[in-house]
Amino acid sequence: MSTFEPVLLRRRGLDRSGDLDVYEATGGYRALRKALGSMTPQQVIDEVSASNLRGRGGAGFPTGRKWSFIPKDAPVKYLAVNADESEPGTFNNRVFIDADPHALVEGILLCCYAVGIGAAYLYIRGENRAGARALERAIAQAREKGYLGKGILGSAFSCEIEVFRGAGAYICGEETALLESIEGRRPQPRSRPPFPALVGLFGKPTVINNVETLGCVPDIVDRGAAWFKSIGPETAPGPKLYCLSGHVRRPGVYERPMGTPLRELIEEHAGGIRDGKRLGFVIPGAAASTALLPSEIDVPMDFDSLKKLGTELGAGGITVLDETVCIVETLERLARFFRHESCGKCVPCREGTVWQHRLLEHLVDGSGDARDVELLGSVSRQMTGRTLCALGAFAAAPQLGALGKFSEHFAAHAAMGRCPLKAVA
Amino acid sequence: MSALSEAVRTRVGLLAVRFPTKRAALLPALWVVQETEGWISGEALAEVAATLDVAPADAEGVASFYFLFSRRPTGRRVIDVCDNLVCGANGGARLLADLCARLGIAPGETTADGRFTVRRQECIAACDQAPAVQVDLEYRGPVASADALLAELDS
Repeated sequence: MSTFEPVLLRRRGLDRSGDLDVYEATGGYRALRKALGSMTPQQVIDEVSASNLRGRGGAGFPTGRKWSFIPKDAPVKYLAVNADESEPGTFNNRVFIDADPHALVEGILLCCYAVGIGAAYLYIRGENRAGARALERAIAQAREKGYLGKGILGSAFSCEIEVFRGAGAYICGEETALLESIEGRRPQPRSRPPFPALVGLFGKPTVINNVETLGCVPDIVDRGAAWFKSIGPETAPGPKLYCLSGHVRRPGVYERPMGTPLRELIEEHAGGIRDGKRLGFVIPGAAASTALLPSEIDVPMDFDSLKKLGTELGAGGITVLDETVCIVETLERLARFFRHESCGKCVPCREGTVWQHRLLEHLVDGSGDARDVELLGSVSRQMTGRTLCALGAFAAAPQLGALGKFSEHFAAHAAMGRCPLKAVA
Repeated sequence: MSALSEAVRTRVGLLAVRFPTKRAALLPALWVVQETEGWISGEALAEVAATLDVAPADAEGVASFYFLFSRRPTGRRVIDVCDNLVCGANGGARLLADLCARLGIAPGETTADGRFTVRRQECIAACDQAPAVQVDLEYRGPVASADALLAELDS
């Protein structure tokens, strides 16, 4: 583990790391040359499948399998790249794109070559204008050198990348809402089936991949699946960009092997809890994941290990909060976020997020009682599995998890009409 | 009489033929209006909608969905303050309150002299710089205080 060398962030900190000449001088576009020169599209898919790369957006779906769902004979297909990073605590896409926009461009091109796609839409959240500009610049540089456009590097492969800016809506990170957004409609999730692999963007078969997922692809093609699988757990290998923030000494993005223990990330990399305080709890996979207690932080940070603990890796946004922070207040803030971001299409989510937030407000301001705690659980259970997309379940899961794990704290709020942590000494 | 300047009309016209459907140009076109005018007036929205063959009410439904599209004029500088979980744990809510108090406005409002709009924003993916803000979509953080931020913007 100690010999791990950064992969995704290896160019971070290099002078002009976003420029093509720097990218080329450090091995950039070697994988694209290799694929176009000596691999069939199917061989690229096979290599990615063999690597066990799993989607970094949170679902952990095998990327190679996702690519192979796309009908080979479809004349028009698309790639939609999800750079709509908006979940509280998550910022690795922003840091990765700032450091190495060409790596994302190369990953996109390799996916398009493998799947037979001629146009990719890179959907980036509207707030990240700097990232959009860095990508536009990288795309223009790549085009000038023949890595993009018609007949790439003299091959028969042609591909265009369109940078498409969102305009401030968390729901657009949901894959079908993202497609609706690009198509110029209100970004509300679609009913599935049909799945985007068959009927996606503009009604055509569409691959939807996360930024970090595509960022892994150039090195898989360049160094091979066996190399990739040698990093981290075999069932979910590869490097992972962990975002650490909150009450840690050194907030930031740390690239480590998938499955790195949470304790190591907090204590060694992020420098531990600041101001001489002790750890209160950790939200391991951004807003939609159940908080972990200090006794649980030896967990390896990968999809399956966190699932076993009843929580999620998500996109790797780790929020570390000290012992003075109240879980009920934390959940109230997150409930406000979900209430604001619910798109309004499905009743259980539209109504449920409002109820959740109100109940938590009552518990925070002291007007709530035990019935509110019970109702919070009931509402959250009714939101789960009854909506078109995962936002409803995302809003419900951390509440349900915390109601079990922090039940005493909830009960104290209900009984005392205030937070027990704020008791006068 | 066009609600859009000639330059904006030209750009919207080019966008209208850039994508597989005219309608897909709606967000990019609204961005052009937002970034040139600072907001999207009803007249501008109607003209964009007409250019792209989108019903006006439909275009309104899209434009109003997004936080970054302003449907009324904003100040010359727009300050978006994140007070979500991580920024909140690092003083983001206090920063927002102080900023509004200094400027004599509530979140979402614009100062009488038209200099500043302050908005409460959800997570802007800058938790490593908490408390973080965006000024005209440029990231700044960690912000030491409302006074420090305003002094920076004055200089």
